[in-house]
Amino acid sequence: MTRLQVLKTYKLFIGGQFPRTESGRYYALHGKDGIAIANVCLSSRKDARNAVVAARKAFGSWSERSAFNRGQIVYRIAEMLEGRRSQFIEELQLMGLTAANAAKEVDASVDRIVYYAGWCDKYQQILSAVNPVASSHFNFSVAEATGVVGIIAPEESPLLGLVSLLIPAIAGGNTVVVIASEKYPLSAVTLAEVIHSSDVPGGVVNILTGTADELVPPLASHLDVNAMTSSGLSADIARAMQVQAADNVKRVVRYSAMDWSKPSTQGLSMIEDLQEIKTTWHPIENIGGATSSY
Amino acid sequence: MGSTIPTVNFDWISFSTECVSLTEFGFFYGMSKPKPSPQFLSIPASPSIDKVGVEERCARFQTRSIKNDAKMQGLKMVLNMIDLTTLEGKDTPGKVRQMCYKAQHLHDSYPGLPTVAAVCVYPSMVGIARKELKDSIVKIASVSTAFPSGQAPMSVKLEDTRFAVSEGADEIDMVISRGKFLAGEHNFVFDEIAAIKEACGKARLKVILETGELSTLDNVRRASDIAIHAGADFIKTSTGKIQPAATMQVTYTMLMAIRDHYDRTGIMIGMKPAGGISTSKLALHNLVMVKEVLGEKWLSNEWFRFGASSLANDVLMQIMKTETGLYQSPEYFSMD
Repeated sequence: MTRLQVLKTYKLFIGGQFPRTESGRYYALHGKDGIAIANVCLSSRKDARNAVVAARKAFGSWSERSAFNRGQIVYRIAEMLEGRRSQFIEELQLMGLTAANAAKEVDASVDRIVYYAGWCDKYQQILSAVNPVASSHFNFSVAEATGVVGIIAPEESPLLGLVSLLIPAIAGGNTVVVIASEKYPLSAVTLAEVIHSSDVPGGVVNILTGTADELVPPLASHLDVNAMTSSGLSADIARAMQVQAADNVKRVVRYSAMDWSKPSTQGLSMIEDLQEIKTTWHPIENIGGATSSY
Repeated sequence: MGSTIPTVNFDWISFSTECVSLTEFGFFYGMSKPKPSPQFLSIPASPSIDKVGVEERCARFQTRSIKNDAKMQGLKMVLNMIDLTTLEGKDTPGKVRQMCYKAQHLHDSYPGLPTVAAVCVYPSMVGIARKELKDSIVKIASVSTAFPSGQAPMSVKLEDTRFAVSEGADEIDMVISRGKFLAGEHNFVFDEIAAIKEACGKARLKVILETGELSTLDNVRRASDIAIHAGADFIKTSTGKIQPAATMQVTYTMLMAIRDHYDRTGIMIGMKPAGGISTSKLALHNLVMVKEVLGEKWLSNEWFRFGASSLANDVLMQIMKTETGLYQSPEYFSMD
């Protein structure tokens, strides 16, 4: 007996739930041979707004969580992704990658997540400093999460590119709203399922599918978004994004289009780009003209 | 009470479908002592509430599309109906002063905004608020009668009320004795409200039913009718300390009680949903409901209020969003 095909519905990921877009719109995705493989939500600016609200709500407790625990949770994402390795490879192939490239993409993604999981409780020591000052103050600088970050995922690297921007942001205590690749959105939605089952609190990661044209402006101009990161964004959208981001002096980080499979694309700087350095002047007692020993 | 005088049977009254006229009972009890309050006897039967029907009706209020100009007008109206509230054990004079300032200066970077309707504080803070607001159009509401539980002797409740009024409160938000109500002692609740009303003097009386503790919509309706007949100027859903608070179903049930009373007597009673209304969308839904159930006469802060602490900022954010086209952040709005 022939079975009816059971096709997966690719939905958004907002606040730990999988809603459809409030606009009710979708776009059809075609495989390399032109066959329709899925209908994908075409998110609206209201979905972007809802995602920012969810991210803001999650920010307080996520950024204040102990660094070690954040590391555990990020590592858990790698574990869950490894467990679903074959599903991701199949999905990447469906979207047009070769079997070998798909496997490489998934393996590199798992490794990258493990890499940043290790950084979670180490970057603070390296980015922070005790500063020498000429007065009776204990002066120190510490790294703090920037806040809610809008991420425009690289268009061409469906899983690894997304992971390479997303994971350092949350490892550093930020919460994120991701605009998935328009051309390859499926693995972003499936990654949302992985994140959902990895002890990541709802709202820390929010993933929207749709067009950058439509979704970048509401995020870049949103006064409750603190930073935007992107890679390989078209010049037009990038310029508009920078103008809109200037309204509340957002941090804008642009990476050029690059081959994310190279080890040189990972590093502490990816975490540092989404940290704010807070410097504190703490008065100290200065007896008999002795200088501070710090 | 003489043995020949029949005791007033509450159940019997509630079975009658017509309002029992005051004069009939006044005549009937003319010579007897003690005389039951004639108002009490005039409480008509409360209709039973169809919960499913109420839910469907409330769902429909939420489908109205309010955009652009109408939305802006609605949002400003909401601001003007807010009782800006702080009712916490940790309230300090500084907090109250700051809130009084905010009540009159909601968001100065956008000129032309209305003030809120009132500030709502504990009796001990009324004096401070009065000193701060002086002759401002912003009214001062004070909770009283051992808010929020209402578990205190009558003498204490009366003293609580008189103190708040003497300190300069324009409005008194009292709580009913929910325990007595649920135990069936509706007379007690009625007498209590009537006594507090007397102690209020010129101050307007809002009666808090604390619907989250009344279990059923039938109880909400009965309590509303009792409060209205005992002299409430406003009926109010909740203290804000119990969940659920001002759901649309509960507010709708209370609005229906007000409407029935108005149809019967021509007397307007105010309504104040309080607790849980923290978004502009929900506030606009409430305005739609008031307009469709009671009509435009109630669309002013003389007859309708929102008891809320965080609603004002959400409405301000919506107004600024409509004005600038940019989604707003709470960081750019004052906390109190």
